[in-house]
Amino acid sequence: MERRGIMEVETPILDVSGNTDPNIECLSANIRHGGAGPRQFYLHTSPEFPMKRLLAAGAGPIYQIVRVFRDDPIGRLHQPEFTMLEWYRLGFDHQHLMTELEELIRALGLPAVRRITYGAAFVTHCGLDPHTAGIEELQAAAAGHGLASTEDDRSVLLDFLFSHAVAPRLGEAPIFVYDYPVCQAALARIREGDPQVAERFELFLDCIEIANGYNELTDYLKQDSRFLRDNERRARRGLETMPVDDKLIAAMRHGLPECAGVAVGLDRLLMAMLGVKRIDDVLAFPHSGPG
Amino acid sequence: MAFYSTSEFKNGLKLMIDGSPFTILDNDVVKPGKGQAFNRVKMRNLKTGRVIEKTYKSGESVEGADVVDLALQYLYNDGEMWYFMDPSSFEQLAATREAMGEATKWLKGEEMCDVTLWNGNPLSVSAPNFVILKITETDPGVRGDTATGGTKPAKLETGAVVKVPLFVEEGETIKVDTRTETYISRIKE
Repeated sequence: MERRGIMEVETPILDVSGNTDPNIECLSANIRHGGAGPRQFYLHTSPEFPMKRLLAAGAGPIYQIVRVFRDDPIGRLHQPEFTMLEWYRLGFDHQHLMTELEELIRALGLPAVRRITYGAAFVTHCGLDPHTAGIEELQAAAAGHGLASTEDDRSVLLDFLFSHAVAPRLGEAPIFVYDYPVCQAALARIREGDPQVAERFELFLDCIEIANGYNELTDYLKQDSRFLRDNERRARRGLETMPVDDKLIAAMRHGLPECAGVAVGLDRLLMAMLGVKRIDDVLAFPHSGPG
Repeated sequence: MAFYSTSEFKNGLKLMIDGSPFTILDNDVVKPGKGQAFNRVKMRNLKTGRVIEKTYKSGESVEGADVVDLALQYLYNDGEMWYFMDPSSFEQLAATREAMGEATKWLKGEEMCDVTLWNGNPLSVSAPNFVILKITETDPGVRGDTATGGTKPAKLETGAVVKVPLFVEEGETIKVDTRTETYISRIKE
């Protein structure tokens, strides 16, 4: 990172705003202010928002290695805290950043990384076009792959089919999956075309998701409406709505430079390098689940 | 009936799926970083023994099955039903031939068996891992043939047939592993 002129930064772990993503649950902590009454803070689920504020303030290319926290069920690949490497490149798009991540992967002794669009991977392994398939088609395919829950949310059906039918068949070798359906855009920009796609990518090693990156959305109005839509989905699912990060919106209004960013799960990357199958095997003191 | 959330899923938990009782063999969380979390569950149908895989959205609840495992003493059968007794309550329970499965061929009476009850009725019965039974029928061993390691079929007092070494004679008592249906040793009376 230093050789490439990417500056190391440190950002707060606690913030009064949280992650609105309906599929990510924040851990929280109370600060009592010496008796002034507890105030609820959230532990960051990634350093993305403050890092983007630094980018908007003119920091240039930046990176960070930091512990992040998620209230996920503990499992073979999941711990409530794990280590993330996140970096941002100005003037890069997602393809360009994939190339830089591949250079990092190669430098660690892992093989070359193939690339496949989300659409092509889906058609190959699931026989459906994820951009155009109707809800009934997705439901029928999901039932065929063992989904017992009734579901009419397109994004949840795609999550199920991708994680159960596509990802397990991506093979042992490293592969980038890129250009996601717009309902899975998260914080990526949307590229117009037929089909419209979200300029997002993920890296898979041995069928395990290792990294997630975007050609970053820079439009503050679109960002604000995505946060609102996230909170609407949270409310519909009976989840707590999260305080939106107004500081990020203000920074983006000031101007977030065109950039691409990626978050890499370092524990899982280490798993792939060592050829072990459980995240517990790369941690000195893993947290264990109930029972 | 109780409902269990996916967060309570663990191996051995009994669930009702499409009207049949299942036991969980394996429960794995599948969670895309930016996506919905799922519980992928491998489970066995306690009626048919068939193993299936189903996936639930994490946070959903599934109806539990009223299934308990008890150690019961086998008493007798009338050809249609096999009768067991709970040694603590002296309560008697009857198992169908279907529930007995392979266990019928190892039981002669008084053995303690693991019995799985569903809604209070025996759903499946496991014979003890080891049983001691008398040989009622087997060909005479061939003299001088003891070193070759050959085997021959022997019919036991319960009707089961197992392979035994050539030196084992009719009328002798042997120990059998019911899980592998194999001869273990002769028992000196």
